[in-house]
Amino acid sequence: MPLDVKPDLKREFDVVGTRPLRPDGIDKVTGRARFGADATAPGMLIGRILRSPHAHARIRKIDTKKAEQLAGVKAIITRDDLPDHSNGERGTYDVLYNCMAREKALYEGHAVAAVAAVSAAVARQALKLIEVDYEVLPHVTDVDAAMKPDAPVIHDNIFTEGVEPKPDKPSNVARRSEFGHGNVEAGFRECDVVVAKSYRTEATHQGYIEPHACLASVSPDGSGELWVCTQGHFMIRNVSAQVLGMEISKLRVTASEIGGGFGGKTHVWMEPIALALSRKANRPVKVVMTREEVFKATGPTSSTSIDVKIGARKDGTIVAAEAVLRYQGGAFVGSWADLGAMTAFACYDLKNVRTVGYDVIVNRPKTAAYRAPSAPMAAFAVESTIDELARKLGIEAIDLRIKNAAREGTRSSYGPTYGPIGIGATLAAAKNHPHMSAPLGKNQGRGMACGFWFNFGGQTCTSLNINLDGTVALSVGTPDIGGSRASMCLMAAEELGIPYEKVRCVVADTSSLGYNDVTDGSRVTFSSGMATILAARDAIRKLCGRAAQMWGISAEAVVWEKGHAKPAGPNAGEFPPLSLKEIAAAAATTGGPIAGHHEFNADGAGVSFATHIVDVDVDRETGATKILRYTVLQDAGKAIHPAYVEGQFQGGAAQGIGWALNEEYIYGEDGRLQNAGFLDYRIPVCSDLPMIDTVILEIPNPKHPYGVRGVGETSIVPPLAAIANAVSNAVGVRMTHIPMSPPRILKALEGRS
Amino acid sequence: MIGAKPQGERVRVTLWGSLRSAAEGRDTVEVEAATIRELFSRLGKSYPGLKPFIDRGIAVSINGQIFRDSWSQSIPKGAEVYLLPRIAGG
Repeated sequence: MPLDVKPDLKREFDVVGTRPLRPDGIDKVTGRARFGADATAPGMLIGRILRSPHAHARIRKIDTKKAEQLAGVKAIITRDDLPDHSNGERGTYDVLYNCMAREKALYEGHAVAAVAAVSAAVARQALKLIEVDYEVLPHVTDVDAAMKPDAPVIHDNIFTEGVEPKPDKPSNVARRSEFGHGNVEAGFRECDVVVAKSYRTEATHQGYIEPHACLASVSPDGSGELWVCTQGHFMIRNVSAQVLGMEISKLRVTASEIGGGFGGKTHVWMEPIALALSRKANRPVKVVMTREEVFKATGPTSSTSIDVKIGARKDGTIVAAEAVLRYQGGAFVGSWADLGAMTAFACYDLKNVRTVGYDVIVNRPKTAAYRAPSAPMAAFAVESTIDELARKLGIEAIDLRIKNAAREGTRSSYGPTYGPIGIGATLAAAKNHPHMSAPLGKNQGRGMACGFWFNFGGQTCTSLNINLDGTVALSVGTPDIGGSRASMCLMAAEELGIPYEKVRCVVADTSSLGYNDVTDGSRVTFSSGMATILAARDAIRKLCGRAAQMWGISAEAVVWEKGHAKPAGPNAGEFPPLSLKEIAAAAATTGGPIAGHHEFNADGAGVSFATHIVDVDVDRETGATKILRYTVLQDAGKAIHPAYVEGQFQGGAAQGIGWALNEEYIYGEDGRLQNAGFLDYRIPVCSDLPMIDTVILEIPNPKHPYGVRGVGETSIVPPLAAIANAVSNAVGVRMTHIPMSPPRILKALEGRS
Repeated sequence: MIGAKPQGERVRVTLWGSLRSAAEGRDTVEVEAATIRELFSRLGKSYPGLKPFIDRGIAVSINGQIFRDSWSQSIPKGAEVYLLPRIAGG
């Protein structure tokens, strides 16, 4: 960790905080930008994947002979073409198993074979000629059902972790985790009012518009290239190489532009399959998923079942809180309940708190991250219960939250003590916001909720090259999923003292930079941003050295101010300032290229809090809910490009609205997904949404030179709860099941009458 | 002495619930460690049940700041130290 990252709180910024156009904007709106499916190569084949129609089935035999004889088929692979290189490492083996089923197909949509052919039509025809002999097994897709003692056990080598004594029988409960402090039982005995409720949430997909796509090309010498739509091309390289038994240096991965990720593209799904097909066919192979494949074979969120109990004194002081959270992770072991259990009560200052999480395996696709993974469901359950508690206490919901909000020095519900945090500021801003006191009409309700997310940093490497004409080429290793190239350019320009337009940022391939962790955890503006600032400072040191050479003085006698090298003081000599452009022009004669570089583990990403307010109108005849007004108030630490911070706030809220009201994986009794398409799985469209208002608060993160906190994830945490509170207030019934689709609202209304 | 390795202080480490069964039922343990690397090394030796968790990846919170990979991070005297699951993000 570099020593000079403390923010200068009095610093006045020249370009940071402005709203220039994003560098990738014109390419994206004109269709020139190259997304995953746009990659092509000479001699390219089309890859297609055969998927299990069964939720759970033993694969007795796969016969590919007929398909191999079809004209135009160049390669077919099955589990037999993918030997296990995991060396017993469970994570790698699970990736292999998820990419291509082995002894069993674990969910409907699980890959069982893949074909590379001269056209998509031939590849599809070949898939029909592959004969798979299945022994269909009992399945389970519901999280509560999967925990029952008589549930079909999906893996016979999973024994619940985190319980004593260690179970001697396998089960679908992969792990029990527990967090908290104090004495919860004693705390509840002190309470005047206790509210206990149970909740359910259904699985949702991230719903990115661009399906997964990649082009793989493996040469006979074993080296390969992969062009792929991903949030983490270094991760794709490392994992794919490991799965296929390749040396990492032999695989070069380039990240395409990305048409949405939201966490769903932080995993390996079919890239090793494309590489294996290419290796076998000795031709480049492109694989593009259909939307149905995206739904059936890539990660949605967990579905959950959550019990919450909160108790308080008459004055509104919460004395004890408890939650039991059950999250399904699809067909593989995950740690999704951990995150729900850690975040559930993170907004509050609690003397006695306990959360218990259960990670459960079911016959569904592997769960993937989705913006602050697992936190929205936990917040829905907790924030709904907080509202019920406020109602019973006769206290305004916002006042109850303000009274119990965590603050600097609070011991968090997941353990550590908070430093400076923004939950109190967002609540105060919400209380004073005009939205809070605006009038409501008949059948309308207002709700609010708070949300928390950790944010983190990670391994990061950045290079910055000064060009001959004084422009700057910046290379980062974190795919741009939300305007980060613009933010990187702003920070480089700020440090160097040059205009934003003079910096161009690219996402470099895996052979051009050191390892970079995935774009996730709201980490890029924090981590790559800090690496960019420090690389710029490295370049400035060199620029000052070059200026010193040109003046014939010591490098220590030169300072950098607003894009110019200047003598440090009168003793350094009288020289007119040298601009970056002038120093760059002389680079060839002062030592050659000028570059700055920085690589590190970025730690110290500040935690983030948000408060959302929403008004809804519920049609009592149809059960349909309309969002009338929505306000997001969130701490950004420092907004580098405020328009993109607002965009993140609005995007999280929009996705949360879809999750709260409509989006849902619906399974039939046969364990098959019933709505694998955007016609039946309804994400919000423009006409469903009001203008989402935003309020950016800036409580600087002391661990970033400009005070940046991540902003990309927290905004999806409060909407489920805020909208549930609003709908419950509108209809007079506590809504406990997400999504609150029209049939569920009608059922709740019928139940009341 | 120049070049001497800093002497590790006794560090009180709080474990999250799932780790307690791997540490003889304790919710806090004490080991001598000046850095996260030393902390993991000593914890693995003193409580072998923790080793698989450490190998799989554990985050460490030191005075409220969460570290995922910086094993050379020093642990100040009297620091509040928590072991936490390694956090995933979207």
